[in-house]
Amino acid sequence: MNWQALIPLIGLLLFIFGVGMWAGKYVRSSNTFMQDYFLGGRSLGGFVLAMTMTATYGSASSFIGGPGTAYTEGLGWVLLAMTQVSTGYFVLMVLGKKFAIVTRKYNALTMVDFLKERYQSKWVVLLSAFSIIIFLFSAMAAQWIGGARLIESLIGIPYTTALFIFALFVLIYVTVGGFRAVALTDAIQGTIMFVGTLILLIATIIAGGGISNIISDLTAENPNLITPYGADGGLSPAFVSSFWILVGVGVVALPQIAVRAMSYKDSRSMHRALIIGTIVVGVIMLNMHLIGVFARPILPEIEVGDKVMPLIALEVLPNWLAGIVLAAPMAAIMSTVDSLLLLVSSALVKDVYLNYVEPQASHQRVKRLSIGVTAALGVIVFLMALNPPDLIIWLNLFAFGGLEAAFIWPIVMGIYWKKGNKYGAIASMITGIGLYIVSDSFFPQPFGLHSVVLPVVFAFFAFVLVSLATQKKSLTQRG
Amino acid sequence: MVLEENNTDQRYKIANREALIGVGLVMFNFVWWFAFAYGLGGKNPSEYTYVLGLPAWFFYSCVLGFIVMAILVTVVVKKWFVEVPFDEEGEVK
Repeated sequence: MNWQALIPLIGLLLFIFGVGMWAGKYVRSSNTFMQDYFLGGRSLGGFVLAMTMTATYGSASSFIGGPGTAYTEGLGWVLLAMTQVSTGYFVLMVLGKKFAIVTRKYNALTMVDFLKERYQSKWVVLLSAFSIIIFLFSAMAAQWIGGARLIESLIGIPYTTALFIFALFVLIYVTVGGFRAVALTDAIQGTIMFVGTLILLIATIIAGGGISNIISDLTAENPNLITPYGADGGLSPAFVSSFWILVGVGVVALPQIAVRAMSYKDSRSMHRALIIGTIVVGVIMLNMHLIGVFARPILPEIEVGDKVMPLIALEVLPNWLAGIVLAAPMAAIMSTVDSLLLLVSSALVKDVYLNYVEPQASHQRVKRLSIGVTAALGVIVFLMALNPPDLIIWLNLFAFGGLEAAFIWPIVMGIYWKKGNKYGAIASMITGIGLYIVSDSFFPQPFGLHSVVLPVVFAFFAFVLVSLATQKKSLTQRG
Repeated sequence: MVLEENNTDQRYKIANREALIGVGLVMFNFVWWFAFAYGLGGKNPSEYTYVLGLPAWFFYSCVLGFIVMAILVTVVVKKWFVEVPFDEEGEVK
């Protein structure tokens, strides 16, 4: 066991834990439990908003899977990762003020609330809640695996024990604190990620003997590592460009991102978050993936991609500093898991139970149920993660793609196109998800594109055509 | 269909314009990223030039491209983004 690295790591995690507890106290004493537990009372300022967006987004896929893949593929994967810079400004600009105004008017607490008020349809709600539960579940399992891997390689304890520690920590934390706790600690975690990746990148460059030296080592090993095409030339421009949709603009449709776009205090917070968010996302993405590439000449024989970050940190930094820096990926994974747990639980409790099972449930009952469901979900994910697959990034991206294909048009067109109606939304969701699953299983990479691209395009046409075709029907219903 | 009644709401005009700015920025970002990456990076690695030790395609596309976007976003937000109230009563105040 590496105590010198472990003590700062644990210290930092306890600190974050403390903040969560403090925020949780606030929730317990408030009268508007739902608003506070699931949305933090719409009170986020610019800095916290930017950081919670970044931290939620810079999840294990980028933090662990990402640098690991960059290690294998070289600079081409960093190019791909930089498509994510667009999320820093695009999400808040496009959902933007209209989403903020409309969700306040509807008194919506979740993305599904918005869809429910906008389309007034039971089927839209059930379909949405169902997709959130299915897809976010697989995303969550991926995150837990990443977290446990990290603890495993850091402390050298068996995977199962590591998973258990991780699960316990996340569960206590999120059940007590709710959204405010998650957002607040995201701000701390985002800051650690920002500074941590910077320190680690610099240390890695020094350990590798400078950038020029590292690049020529990479060229000597395989010249493809410094081209945009990946280690075996397999990253085509069309495929890499598809990631502008998958991890760039498509992100507006992710429920964990959309819910943040309704949680801020005022337009000044939003403006600050736009600027801070763009810079922070860009710096973190660039640093962390470059670390993965630059680690290759220093530690040439890492086999499990997920272990690149912890191993390189322990190699190039003094132990205590490695502990602090590794708190960053740990923190990133935790905050993602926290917010995903909250979302799945809000989909179950708020969107399904309160809407269709027991609309008259008492305040006390809803509160107990929310916390209970969140905890139970955590236990189920834990059981799923016990027997995990190897590279988490693909699992995670599957979930992202599915949600994006389902929600992008019902949300975006729902905000900006008043002729869009429930039939269009349902058609769009079914087309998006269905086509994505079919395409991903039977012909991955049609025309060299990532399998998410075509479903998103078809879902758009489904939304528009079906909405137009049913104009009369929805008019008579309304009249 | 609650959206309709407020269609003329001045705040929505501002919101629509800002959303379009977002779309414009992302398209500019994409073109910059793509042109430098595949324009300069498409050559044989033995012909690459280097900036600050990094291959030129990577430097211009990913490093400089990011810096340019960060500056653009800052300028756009400071110059063109308008502060509006979000609550109903905000309109009256």
